[in-house]
Amino acid sequence: MSRKGISDKVAVIGMGCTRFAEHWDKSVDDLLVDAAYEAFADAGIEPADIEAAWLGTMISGYAGITLSGPLKTQFIPVTRVENMCATGSEAFRNACYAVASGAYDIVLAIGVEKLKDSGFSGLNSPKPPSDGTAPNFSAPASFSFLAPAYFEKYGLSAKQGREVLSRIAWKNHYNGSLNPKAQYRNEVPMEKISNSPMVAAPLGIMDCSGVADGAAAAIIVRTEDAHKYRKDPMYVKALSIAAGPGDGRLRQDFDFTSIKENVISSQAAYREAGIKDPRKEISMAEVHDCFTPTELVIYEDLGFSERGQGWKDVLNGVFELGGELPVNPDGGLKSFGHPIGASGLRMLYEMYLQFQGRAGKRQLDNPKIGLTHNLGGTPMQCVSFVSIVGKELS
Amino acid sequence: MKGIISYGAYIPYNRLQRKKIGEFFGKAAHRGEKAVAGYDEDSVSMGVEAALDCLHGTNSQEIDAVYFATTSAPYKEKGSVSTIAAALQLKENVRGIEATSSLRSGTSAMLAANEFEQTLVIASDCRTGAPTGQNEQWFGDGAASFLIGHGSEVIANIIDASSVQGEVVSEWRSQTDSFTQNWEERLGSTVFLKQVKEVVTPFLEKNNCTADAINKVIISGPGTRAHTQAASAVGFQKNQIQDPLFDSVGAAGNAHAPMMLVSALEEAKPGDKLLVVAFAEGLDVMLLEVTEAISRLAKRKGVQGYLTVKNDQTSYSDYLKWRNLLEIEPPRRPETDRPSAPALYRGYHQNLSFTGSKCRNCGTPQFPKQRICTQCQVKDEMDDYRFVGQSAKVMTYTLDHLAASPAPPMIVAVVDFDKGGRIICEVTDCHPKEIEIGMNVEMTFRRLYEAGGISNYFWKARPIRQKESV
Repeated sequence: MSRKGISDKVAVIGMGCTRFAEHWDKSVDDLLVDAAYEAFADAGIEPADIEAAWLGTMISGYAGITLSGPLKTQFIPVTRVENMCATGSEAFRNACYAVASGAYDIVLAIGVEKLKDSGFSGLNSPKPPSDGTAPNFSAPASFSFLAPAYFEKYGLSAKQGREVLSRIAWKNHYNGSLNPKAQYRNEVPMEKISNSPMVAAPLGIMDCSGVADGAAAAIIVRTEDAHKYRKDPMYVKALSIAAGPGDGRLRQDFDFTSIKENVISSQAAYREAGIKDPRKEISMAEVHDCFTPTELVIYEDLGFSERGQGWKDVLNGVFELGGELPVNPDGGLKSFGHPIGASGLRMLYEMYLQFQGRAGKRQLDNPKIGLTHNLGGTPMQCVSFVSIVGKELS
Repeated sequence: MKGIISYGAYIPYNRLQRKKIGEFFGKAAHRGEKAVAGYDEDSVSMGVEAALDCLHGTNSQEIDAVYFATTSAPYKEKGSVSTIAAALQLKENVRGIEATSSLRSGTSAMLAANEFEQTLVIASDCRTGAPTGQNEQWFGDGAASFLIGHGSEVIANIIDASSVQGEVVSEWRSQTDSFTQNWEERLGSTVFLKQVKEVVTPFLEKNNCTADAINKVIISGPGTRAHTQAASAVGFQKNQIQDPLFDSVGAAGNAHAPMMLVSALEEAKPGDKLLVVAFAEGLDVMLLEVTEAISRLAKRKGVQGYLTVKNDQTSYSDYLKWRNLLEIEPPRRPETDRPSAPALYRGYHQNLSFTGSKCRNCGTPQFPKQRICTQCQVKDEMDDYRFVGQSAKVMTYTLDHLAASPAPPMIVAVVDFDKGGRIICEVTDCHPKEIEIGMNVEMTFRRLYEAGGISNYFWKARPIRQKESV
């Protein structure tokens, strides 16, 4: 018998999310206060009700005091967590387990990142001292390895491949255009995406997620307490994370058309949530579309598409708002923006809004089961997080 | 009698056509092209490549001494012999010294080799002439290497050698000078001519030899013409004078005469006599006789091989940037941190000799060295495993326009070795349009960057091109 897991043990009763944007006029403190107080108001609680908090940030501050300072929490435990781009999900995961254990009744999970203060485009993370021999390539470069490898394996011409990647970015921009909190709220024509300036060939700038500042927060309680706060909480069905041993850097059997961490983490989540056929049973998903080929590979890794068929599903519109399994209805990292520590919680925020029928123009038709997928690292080696959340108890 | 057992050479892939320099400044230029070190090359990296070419098929553990001759060492204080010894995986107690400053330190190092030992001589130079000057056009970059010893494997015996010290200030670069300075060229050429006349004829007579019995004279003097004058003055015909490589490489400092000697050996037949005359504040003179063993020498790239593989479209602006002669806007990325000296120290064996590990349990090669096997997860069951010289292919790649690189886009590839093992590394000496999945590549020793005054050496992949494959 597998481990018991967390299915239906905890629920989210309040959430908040700032707009993700180039917030030149907002500090880390401002973003934390805005997201936290939106969540408090949404849950109908006072800040002092929070018994413990988990703060996710990759590069915007150290220790729990990064949160307790601006919020003036009164000496409650605050833990700062970091798991690269999956940091926000990791804060949520830790908070859920703490509540499930019975140690706390009501906790806050919050993620924040301030990327636009560095003066550099893209993500620049501080590196520990090293011998300096590893090539210093960029984040888009490491994910762009996926594209030629995928095209080669499944026989796509460069032109076909380009169309598939552009369609993914086009979809996410379209979805983002319907979302007032997204960083980019404009539709972008396919042609413009396909001809955008090269960043890490074959990826252009329009294949990359938005570099943004932002924060997102969730209030978590045990399921039996949830209805004290609201009638429509979001239930946690599964939480899973897989940290990879670095096969992609070392082993020739890693072929850059699949990220094993994704496969393992999603399968564990499906087991925990009792999902047999993800494509049919899941109503919607927010996945880690840091770069367009990542989303393509994720479809197959998560079992949304058969191996080698993901690109056809893209072209058939399977993952678009009106499709069989809408992916990134809020615009995803591409259009909503990617403030590292906040993104995992932002994904959950969209699930929460959709379940409650609060997703505005992008509202899906009565979704029941949602999936969030958040990846930290590179295709060669990463942490991959998958959650399953639901509108109803099983 | 000591002699040359093996030779090798290295010429950087990038060639600058001299007319491009002339066009930039709106003035006349010399003909031909010069070899220019890429942004990731220096005298040490080129020297290692030449030595690898020289040691192809020999046991580097049998080498007793290594002499590194250069006027363009990466450091004024801190040696490079230990870098080179590690890169070539020479034995730990190999003796070594750097022969620096003199433009004939390459030939002098050959003369210093002991007969009853195996000595690896590496002559490598990467000098920079001041923009608009004669030297800028004339100087080229390159390296040559010889294994010197005795016995039946000797391909050319050094029958006799002679040196003369003759002080003159003709070409110099002080501790603080960025560029080489020259006195009026007539001074150097006159002194050179005088020394050649005084030394060469008696030297040949002493060896019962005359100019017409010499197949090739490898003569390196000041300027572009003095060597021909001096050779004629002591009785050599034009067809006896070894091509000075001016049109294809340029004057490669102390590596000039050694590279010409490699060229001569590439054409030589058993019984041929070669005379080497190298000038710089005096002369080194060497008489060599080629032996039957030369026909058994394994094929190598050498000067001929490296000359044929080139990018002759290098722009003058790239050259200026690579040599830090042009102050440019820095890339909008954080500056490269200097490498951690303790981390370098721990990694030298692995990183300089490109040695990974191979699992005793499942046989999987891996780089960098692992304690727990990536394949079977067995702990501490690894043997050292060297990847240098192994063929490999590009599994996937990217052209990174965002990464800070002196020659953007940075080409990064996932490289799978044909006998197992993978590395993700930069691809150098490669045009972005050339790279493709399945491309054959080999590892080449490079200076990744200099940060905080520390030169960081490691390996990159480069395409194996048809013409240079051995």
